[in-house]
Amino acid sequence: MSIFEYNGAAIVAMAGKECVAIGSDLRFGVQFQTLATDYKKVYKIHDKLFIGLAGLGTDAQTMYQKLKFRHNLYKLREERNIKPSTFGELVSSMLYEKRFGPYFVSPVIAGLEDKTHTPYLCGMDTIGAIETAHDFMVAGTAPDSLYGMCESMYRPDMEPEELFETVTQCLMSGADRDALSGWGAIVYVITKDSVVARTLKGRMD
Amino acid sequence: MANVAYQLGSSAFAANSVHSAPHAHPSWSPYDNNGGTCVAVAGNDYCIVASSTRLSTGFSILSRDVSMVLKLSDKLMILSPGFQADANTLHKVLQQRYIRYQFDHGRPLSVSACAQLLGNTLYYKRFFPYYTFNICAGLDEEGKGAVYSYDAIGSHERSGYAVQGSGKDLIQPVLDNQLKAASPLVLPPENWMSSLPLDQAVDLVRDAFVSAGERDIYTGDAVEIYIMTKEGTKREVLELKKD
Amino acid sequence: MTQGGFAFDLCGRNTYLERRGITPPRFTKTGTTIAGLIFKDGVVLGADTRSTSDTTVADKNCEKIHYIAPNIYCCGAGTAADTENVTGMISSTLELHRYATGRGSRVITALTLLKTHLFKYQGHVSAALVLGGVDFNGPHLFTVYPHGSTDSLPYCTMGSGSLNAMAVFEDGYKEDLTKEEGMDLVTRAIRSGIFNDLGSGSNVDLCIITKDGVEYLRNHQRLQDKTYERKFPVKYTPGTAPVVREKVFKLGVDVAVIEGEPEEAMDTT
Repeated sequence: MSIFEYNGAAIVAMAGKECVAIGSDLRFGVQFQTLATDYKKVYKIHDKLFIGLAGLGTDAQTMYQKLKFRHNLYKLREERNIKPSTFGELVSSMLYEKRFGPYFVSPVIAGLEDKTHTPYLCGMDTIGAIETAHDFMVAGTAPDSLYGMCESMYRPDMEPEELFETVTQCLMSGADRDALSGWGAIVYVITKDSVVARTLKGRMD
Repeated sequence: MANVAYQLGSSAFAANSVHSAPHAHPSWSPYDNNGGTCVAVAGNDYCIVASSTRLSTGFSILSRDVSMVLKLSDKLMILSPGFQADANTLHKVLQQRYIRYQFDHGRPLSVSACAQLLGNTLYYKRFFPYYTFNICAGLDEEGKGAVYSYDAIGSHERSGYAVQGSGKDLIQPVLDNQLKAASPLVLPPENWMSSLPLDQAVDLVRDAFVSAGERDIYTGDAVEIYIMTKEGTKREVLELKKD
Repeated sequence: MTQGGFAFDLCGRNTYLERRGITPPRFTKTGTTIAGLIFKDGVVLGADTRSTSDTTVADKNCEKIHYIAPNIYCCGAGTAADTENVTGMISSTLELHRYATGRGSRVITALTLLKTHLFKYQGHVSAALVLGGVDFNGPHLFTVYPHGSTDSLPYCTMGSGSLNAMAVFEDGYKEDLTKEEGMDLVTRAIRSGIFNDLGSGSNVDLCIITKDGVEYLRNHQRLQDKTYERKFPVKYTPGTAPVVREKVFKLGVDVAVIEGEPEEAMDTT
């Protein structure tokens, strides 16, 4: 069994026109036993920067705490929020430090760059190899299902509402073919003046 | 002290070499996976069958123009991605039994009968299976599309659409989304047979292969699409990326 | 907080989990065709742009030609994180070295730094590199293997598509090629990797280094776009998704500072 299949996750992030969306499923399980159905895997770093952490639950939570701590220090020192691209490098170097004993997480980072409001999207493997994307990024127990959906459904320059619907369909239909994720989803749509969080009902099996 | 360290080192080495067996023969397998993706979609008055034409092993391309389709008649086809040697043998057996059936019974083989025949042929090799993941597709007696999908040892089921092969994980949720219902909780699930008009269904199948070709290294070069209707069967080829 | 270098604190836990029958996750590999050659006045480096995780394409347009110094670049194959970080580390060491000495970096300095680092990790840092550059002594081209061994060659290839690319080189290489001939040969070598090796794909990146400077041609050739656009594109109408709860967080409006004098001066008497 792969360590990724211990808790299960599905995460999708997608870029639109001056907006970006990121969402995760809500299942928390231990292998095939579902333990909770309100477990979000997307975390907020600041208003315009979110990170989704798929993989081993314990490592995801530890990573989030360490990242939050790093960001707090950054804010004290710099008196500003961290740039998404800088944050990407931060996560990457934290993961590569543990090259030979990695955290079992694969992160997806979604944010809006300040001023320009251009979307920033990137994903990583467990040892911090960054892949930046201009369209979409996925992570979780069934990445192929999510890739397939996104590859078919993505169109450039979507408006926030359309982007939300597309991410939702990709996430839910992708997760429906994965036994280890599902039970609804949460999707955040980040625009230059608001963040909309929508909780969604999904198949309960 | 130095002596102890040496002994520890050498015994550990000895134990290690027993476990790793450095000169063991590389393991040999009678099977290979040659990749490739097949899709079938059944409609009310049509059946679409599509299969990619790349044949690969490992990181190499063996051929860019190989068909995985056994065309038994104008309205009955079998698609077999997986291990090509087994697929060819299976196709040879099925072709022979198809002809034999018509001699014995004096009538063409129906899709449902063919589906059962394929199931039995696969299960006959339960403990040394044909390493193929088949789809049997065609038009039934009423002229409706029929699609059956199989595992390697003959378990099968009739469905409205099916995907098999290396791009299965990529295409399956797309077809679920487009051919069942956009949101299974809000909208009632559609009939298991695709309600899409033919042109839209062909459009979907083409896009599914182009999308799978972007991400699956074993899906590429071209896809051959057969469109079966009561007017007959049309074959078309869509070029895919060659990298 | 940390001193730099690798941290091994999770190794104990992870090997315990492995003993309990858990397989560690796969890393992103570059798959890769990378190649380089020496021509009349410099070096041409080339790379494809596909990165794979198992049999799925992870990144369709990644960058495999890494910056080392203003006059040195390096193509990387192997585990993506290793090639990225090992080249990054060496490039920052060289930058500091240039500040300390006030001289341009030499290719053999980069080579020595790379091979000592890789040898120290006994092949566990899996980076296979093609290092090229022009310095005080002229053009240089090296291959570096994951265990730290190196070759100095007039033309070389690396990665899963190395044999495809080398076939083109063996056929077409001769000494004192012109820049255009060199670029064409490397492009053809990379292209043969892209089309014949499944681990390589997408576009051709080139980097030409001469004593006069560097030309980094990102996506020198863009091969193969999607071959079909949908006639009936999917459009989900708003309200399709079964939303059970919606929360809107309004964000503070950015304060815009407008340069120049205010229209009406403030009364400060």
